[in-house]
Amino acid sequence: MSRFIKSLRLVASAGMLAVCVSASAQGANQKFSGIGRTATPAEIKAWDIDVRPDFKGLPAGAGSVAKGQDVWEAKCASCHGVFGESTEVFTPIIGGTTKKDIETGRVANLAREDFPQRTTMMKVATVSTLWDYINRAMPWNNPKTLTVEEVYAVTAYILNLAEVVPENFVLSDKNIAEVQKRMPNRNGMTEKHGLWDLKGKPDVVGTLCMSNCATELKITSFLPESARDAHGNLKEQHRPIGPARAIDTSRPAAAAPTADRPVVVAAAPAAQAATASGVNAAEISKKANCTACHAQAAKMVGPSWTEIAKKYKGDAKAPAMLAKKIKSGGAGNWGAVPMPPHPNLKDNELTALSQWILEGAK
Amino acid sequence: MSSGVKKSGRLIKAPENFLAAQDAKAPALMRRKFLAASASTAAASLAALGLSAPKNALASVGEGDPNILNLPAHTTGLGMPVAANPYGMPSQYEKGLQRRESPGLTRVSAASVAFTPLQGTFGIITPSGLHFERHHQGWWDIDPSKHRLMVMGLVKNPKVYTMDDIMRLPSVSRIHFIECGANTAMEWGNVAVPTVQYSHGMVSCSEFTGVPLSVLLEDCGIDRKAARYVLAEGADGSSMTRTIALDRALDDVIVAYGMNGEMLRPENGYPLRLVVPGIQGVSWVKWLRRIEVGDMKWAAKDESIHYIDLMPGGLHRQYTGIQEAKSVITTPSGGQTLLDKGFYNISGLAWSGRGKIKRVDVSVDGGRNWRTARLETPVLSKAFTRFNIDWVWNGGPAILQSRAQDDTGYIQPKINQLRAVRGTRSIYHQNAIQSWRVADNGEVSNVQIY
Repeated sequence: MSRFIKSLRLVASAGMLAVCVSASAQGANQKFSGIGRTATPAEIKAWDIDVRPDFKGLPAGAGSVAKGQDVWEAKCASCHGVFGESTEVFTPIIGGTTKKDIETGRVANLAREDFPQRTTMMKVATVSTLWDYINRAMPWNNPKTLTVEEVYAVTAYILNLAEVVPENFVLSDKNIAEVQKRMPNRNGMTEKHGLWDLKGKPDVVGTLCMSNCATELKITSFLPESARDAHGNLKEQHRPIGPARAIDTSRPAAAAPTADRPVVVAAAPAAQAATASGVNAAEISKKANCTACHAQAAKMVGPSWTEIAKKYKGDAKAPAMLAKKIKSGGAGNWGAVPMPPHPNLKDNELTALSQWILEGAK
Repeated sequence: MSSGVKKSGRLIKAPENFLAAQDAKAPALMRRKFLAASASTAAASLAALGLSAPKNALASVGEGDPNILNLPAHTTGLGMPVAANPYGMPSQYEKGLQRRESPGLTRVSAASVAFTPLQGTFGIITPSGLHFERHHQGWWDIDPSKHRLMVMGLVKNPKVYTMDDIMRLPSVSRIHFIECGANTAMEWGNVAVPTVQYSHGMVSCSEFTGVPLSVLLEDCGIDRKAARYVLAEGADGSSMTRTIALDRALDDVIVAYGMNGEMLRPENGYPLRLVVPGIQGVSWVKWLRRIEVGDMKWAAKDESIHYIDLMPGGLHRQYTGIQEAKSVITTPSGGQTLLDKGFYNISGLAWSGRGKIKRVDVSVDGGRNWRTARLETPVLSKAFTRFNIDWVWNGGPAILQSRAQDDTGYIQPKINQLRAVRGTRSIYHQNAIQSWRVADNGEVSNVQIY
């Protein structure tokens, strides 16, 4: 009997020992045994890239304004403009801030209702955000490829364009806290509102009036007739059955006074650009973000489709040359702004795309 | 820079461009017409406008409806076999209902929005293929066997989870709406878009399945004394990062892999996204790769440069997350023409980021008189609630509005009330009462009315 109990105890304590071992291996909660594993220091280092306003997470390093300009012109200017002023692809980064703003920490133009748009430097309160943004998400089509020095340098270049730091400045982890004290909109944020905390107090609340409620019945805004088909033909965007039909906006309103207003005729739907290879080039141009820099007729960052088609008209070598150019990118033919490479496009897609462009991207 | 595109540059610009000088004086004329027409009889206006007479008159049927009298092929022939469409698709007659971009809203389609066609959806679940899209640096279809989630920071044991690990854990399935903070942003200053797809289509509602974030935080041994916030980060190029309050993270936030009974769609974050009920969509980080526990807010790019609300006077509100109670009538709605005078079921959606919808009132006379609508079940917290109300259109002009109240007592405001406090430039969190004008020719259009 006692032997039996003794052996039971042995089994029990051996079992407990096993539990203890696995618990210490898990380190924390062992309710979900066998699920997940401890992250290695190298893994954490690879992914823990965030930089906080107190600069926790900022890697040691430095970069000069001059170096930043080089990086900028090679990798950023195609979208943001040489001076960060471009409106073609993205909202401008630079502009709208003054020396006075650097003193006060409030961007005065933000109070102006008539100021056309808000640049990044008008909005951003924390220099850590700029650094983290560039490091994390730029260049837009090739993020996380800049070195630490390049990120410091590009940040320094932007700060220099906004006159926050001088031309000979070298931004580093040692002096970035001082730069923070010169950010033009550093005092421009408020957290006094009810939209963070679940129990936050709403700032605007309606009323539950049910009858004869105060209303002027005054229509203050509506879409003018000239915008009737600005979103395409609405008839094609609704179900063909049900309690209502969508309006055919390719035609004027049935009873609307149209005599004094020009009737906007809907553009013919874009033909599906199916090529011999069965690949839809128009779709590819969209998916590969070609349209970020190229438009049908207007010059944006890159030349228009029409310009390209015109230039290479009748050139037998053009299709192959263009396909290669799209794949590997480069600069020269149309100016200094380089076109990014598109290594993921397949050969038949490249062929279809170059053929489509040379035919005028119709 | 990615999301800057659609914000300051675009959302403000579009409306003014639509208003031509000749239309500036039109609102006053409209008002007179509206008041005058209220008095005229429905029959008179119908006749004057040449609208077809009621179609249910026996006389117009003749011997009978040819669709009944002549048996069609589908009644007299053999139909399609099973699994002809291994993954079922909507009928060919439904192809008008698609996600669509608003022309001119953004400059680059990889940092853009595709709106849900709310005018065509029923009930409270948005079909997965029609769930609105918003990407900051394009979308990816990530191999789930290579996807990892790391939980680190102020925890005893930082851990890495595979999808296998996450899908072995106890799961929950909950229905929640997700609304972009910029939904209806184009309408802060004036009417800018024609249909409910473009005015309100940056909102969808789905059943999400996944593991409560609290389970993972506990599993890693969260330091409850020091922890204040968590950071969620995506695996895409933009590596979206957003600060989440710890009380929410430990409450109803889900690390989700399922949506409407299947895996998330790639455009919605396959294989893993965060679900942060009641909070604007940008916090529902897609392609979720990392959760960091910390003790201060991060001021990430999308909480310090984008997704900040400009107030009159020039201050920006930072960390505005909650989507306050909002509603919109989806049938009838802008861009439609009513078939005929007579009975209609006015139907719409209401939702609140603070809890359940308690009540929805509907007005057909521009907000002078209201009736309380029926709320269809289920009525769930931080989810769409469908409302319906009977209406007999007499053929005269009308202005349809809906007004939601949630279970905190909050009542959806009018646009002029919002503007009085927040101005017209704050872009985000526009939850005003929507007005649809029904003209006497049956056309429904987007208007703003005080």
